[in-house]
Amino acid sequence: MSEGTRPGTSGTRPAKSGSRPTERATRPSRALAAVPHLHPGAWWLWALGLGTAATRTTNPLLLALLLVTSAYVVLTCRPDTPWSRSYSAFLHLALAVLLVRLFFVVVLGSPVPGSHVIVTLPEVPLPGWAQGIRLGGRVTAEGVVFALYDGLRLATLLVCVGAANALASPSRLLKSLPGALYEAGVAVVVALTFAPHLIADVHRLRAARRLRGRPDRGLRGLLQVALPVLEGALERSVALAAAMDARGYGRTADVPARVRRTTTALTLGGLLGVCAGTYGLLTAAGGTYGLPVLLAGVVAALAGLRLGGRRSPRTRYRPDRWTPRACLVAGSGVAVAALMTLAGSADPEALQPGVIPLTAPTLPLWPAAAVLLGLLPALLPAPLPARLPVPLPKEPSS
Amino acid sequence: MIRFENVSVTYDGCSEATVQGVDFAIPEGELVLLAGPSGVGKSTLLGTVGGLVPHFTGGTLRGRVTVAGRDTRTHKPRELADVVGTVGQDPLSHFVTDTVEEELAYGMESLGLPPAVMRRRVEETLDLLGLAGLRDRPIATLSGGQRQRVAIGSVLTPHPRVLVLDEPTSALDPAAAEEVLAVLLRLVHDLGTTVLLAEHRLERVLQYADQVALLPAPGAAPVLGTPAEIMAVSPVCPPVVDLGRLAGWSPLPLTVRDARRRAGDLRERLAGREPERTPPATVEPPAPRLPLPRRRGRRAAPAAAASAPPAEVRALAVRRARVQALRDVDLTVSPGETIALMGRNGAGKSTLLNTLVGLVEPSSGTVRVGGTVPHRTSPRDLVRRVGLVPQEPRDLLYADTVAAECAAADRDARAAPGTCRALVTGLLPGISDDTHPRDLSEGQRLTLALAIVLAARPPLLLLDEPTRGLDYAAKTRLVVVLRELAAAGHAIVLATHDVELAAELSHRVVLLAEGEVIADGPTAEVIVSSPSFAPQVTKILAPQKWLTVAQVREALR
Repeated sequence: MSEGTRPGTSGTRPAKSGSRPTERATRPSRALAAVPHLHPGAWWLWALGLGTAATRTTNPLLLALLLVTSAYVVLTCRPDTPWSRSYSAFLHLALAVLLVRLFFVVVLGSPVPGSHVIVTLPEVPLPGWAQGIRLGGRVTAEGVVFALYDGLRLATLLVCVGAANALASPSRLLKSLPGALYEAGVAVVVALTFAPHLIADVHRLRAARRLRGRPDRGLRGLLQVALPVLEGALERSVALAAAMDARGYGRTADVPARVRRTTTALTLGGLLGVCAGTYGLLTAAGGTYGLPVLLAGVVAALAGLRLGGRRSPRTRYRPDRWTPRACLVAGSGVAVAALMTLAGSADPEALQPGVIPLTAPTLPLWPAAAVLLGLLPALLPAPLPARLPVPLPKEPSS
Repeated sequence: MIRFENVSVTYDGCSEATVQGVDFAIPEGELVLLAGPSGVGKSTLLGTVGGLVPHFTGGTLRGRVTVAGRDTRTHKPRELADVVGTVGQDPLSHFVTDTVEEELAYGMESLGLPPAVMRRRVEETLDLLGLAGLRDRPIATLSGGQRQRVAIGSVLTPHPRVLVLDEPTSALDPAAAEEVLAVLLRLVHDLGTTVLLAEHRLERVLQYADQVALLPAPGAAPVLGTPAEIMAVSPVCPPVVDLGRLAGWSPLPLTVRDARRRAGDLRERLAGREPERTPPATVEPPAPRLPLPRRRGRRAAPAAAASAPPAEVRALAVRRARVQALRDVDLTVSPGETIALMGRNGAGKSTLLNTLVGLVEPSSGTVRVGGTVPHRTSPRDLVRRVGLVPQEPRDLLYADTVAAECAAADRDARAAPGTCRALVTGLLPGISDDTHPRDLSEGQRLTLALAIVLAARPPLLLLDEPTRGLDYAAKTRLVVVLRELAAAGHAIVLATHDVELAAELSHRVVLLAEGEVIADGPTAEVIVSSPSFAPQVTKILAPQKWLTVAQVREALR
């Protein structure tokens, strides 16, 4: 892993009286030499690049290569946080998507015509109004293979999103929002933590039912704890709101009325411009004015946001920076997407292997090489630890 | 620094003011302790300083509170954020972000401090509070003491001139509490921070306070004075003061050291006498309440179960999420015995109790409660063998009135209707039937939960941290109740950080560390030999082995 540990620092460190040994044992060197985080945007660009590449192809070999690439990078680069454990949840979700897709093909049939019948299920006769829907019947190899390719593509896309989640939590991404949107971002982050708390509460209260001599499993038990759980969640939300307010959330700086009015005008005008521009682009008649109006609208809206940020006096603690490393990571993802798109237009046959007639897919050399570019983040040399171990305060004699 | 001018607070729907006649000033750089029984409005008074009362809680505030010259009526909490730092009772509900370092920076970000300043202060605070090793840790994985320190650190970084803390040490083990208090003291001494804190465990805080503001009763005006003056009249006082009053020392000693220097004559008077120790009652354990007639045919086990000890644990190990919570624990609980389970936060006390009620399945080893395996017994049968009052008694309460709660408890325990209500009345007179359990005070809620558990008359009673948030009066009542239960043959196991409670109540103390039993023996031997677990009376009268003021009072009579 990428942790730099200076010899003799982690092992000889005396136990601080407050920290519990069981917890210390989990990650001893992490605390001493933390690796600086990569900008979360870089990871999301990288993962979405891989995801875009996945949408360009149904070749199972290329998709499998994409899966392995993203999984390898996640395993080598993910930080040790609760968020990073969400990766396995995404893997399960992807598998479920694949299975559901196959199930539908087997039960409902496939629009792909085919001659290789694997099995014939008993067909359920449906009334006349359900014409066009078929239950049961012939299951062809072509249909199953087509569904498999299609499902695999969707699953790969999901796994790529999961990789982004594991490498950089969405809450860290939200923190990179411009100042004017920061408060909304915090609200979203807080809302995101609401669900895990709620689940923990349900577990605790259902366990407590056992203490009352009531069965702690079953649906009824769940319904009976629902009210106390929601009450508890509400109380905690109010307590959190009070704590956030007491710590200065929502403080505003005084800005001259002129600036405030300009902000409003810019934002409103900008949004109107965006609407009009989009309309112009989409209708045949407005081909000439569409793009310039859209661009002007975007610029005005961005300026409004930037000016609006002045009302919020907040600053950012150690913001994630775009380092050359981040550029490389993001660049590798974008490159994979771009090359795959190019390959798709140059040689569509290789990326979309045919199912009629059934042929074994082959691995096209150049697109495969392009996918391997996505491994770059794992191959970059490990960054130096951000800081040297902190000298320890003397142990207070108790 | 903080000035209260004739302040009174009335909540909506209450006919009387929660606090009134508050009229005093706290100068800069003082550590002021707010003391008083529970329910007198300590938290309300603390809330007025940061502006949370009434801006967040509603209600009417009369009079004026000014902090560093700012009137809280015209300044919202967020506009006071740079002068007042507030930490509430539950640090978990205070955290906005999810790692330690970001949490420390959050307040400064809101105030718009320059990044360089933020960076420096975060590093300073990490060192000041001994959190440097935890900087990247997710807050959810921290222990209680670490969370409390992070919460204090997070309000410290904006360098507020006033710090307001509500029961900062009540959830902490003695060592962690001392750590937190040492930090506060350092702030007062080095930075001139004004600290206002409320605490029930006066024995931990009193010695550090410059002044004490005593709220003697609900709605009564507070009395401000030096700790010695206030303790002479206070209805709540730590054991050291109680002993001082008993021995007639004047001025009253506030610290163990003061008291020791004056205790020579008391030690002489006590020489040759032995503290009276009540041995565990040797009565028969209470028979589990008989099932109602319609069920009688199905159960034939009681004869075999009656001879088994209330609890027997052999070579127990519990592993949870990569952490070895318990290893190789042996424990036998006999009827009529009271056992105190002690150890730091996270030592495995709650896990052991949860294993005994079958909430946690052992990874290896055996657990028998009244002869049955708890996690394989159905909840209905289990309640008649063992009852647990959890750390948060609220978890046990579902109904919206006390009467409904009691009726449900009777049904759950298959006891005669009215059993639970009779227990509630016995334990805590004066709770009306239609009160909502949420409106009860902390102590009342605990008693209600205790009555619900007792409705099934379990031979084994478990209590997890029962004195958290209780004042001395509520604690005394609890001690009386638990003693009677023990005398009636119930076996009681309580997990607690409260050494005074353990000294007063338990026959045996079991010390846990890192999931292992490191000491198991009679209370007097185990806690006397440990400096951090010894009660104040023991420290004062060492080498004589007295544990509580009550014992000394009895011996002198």
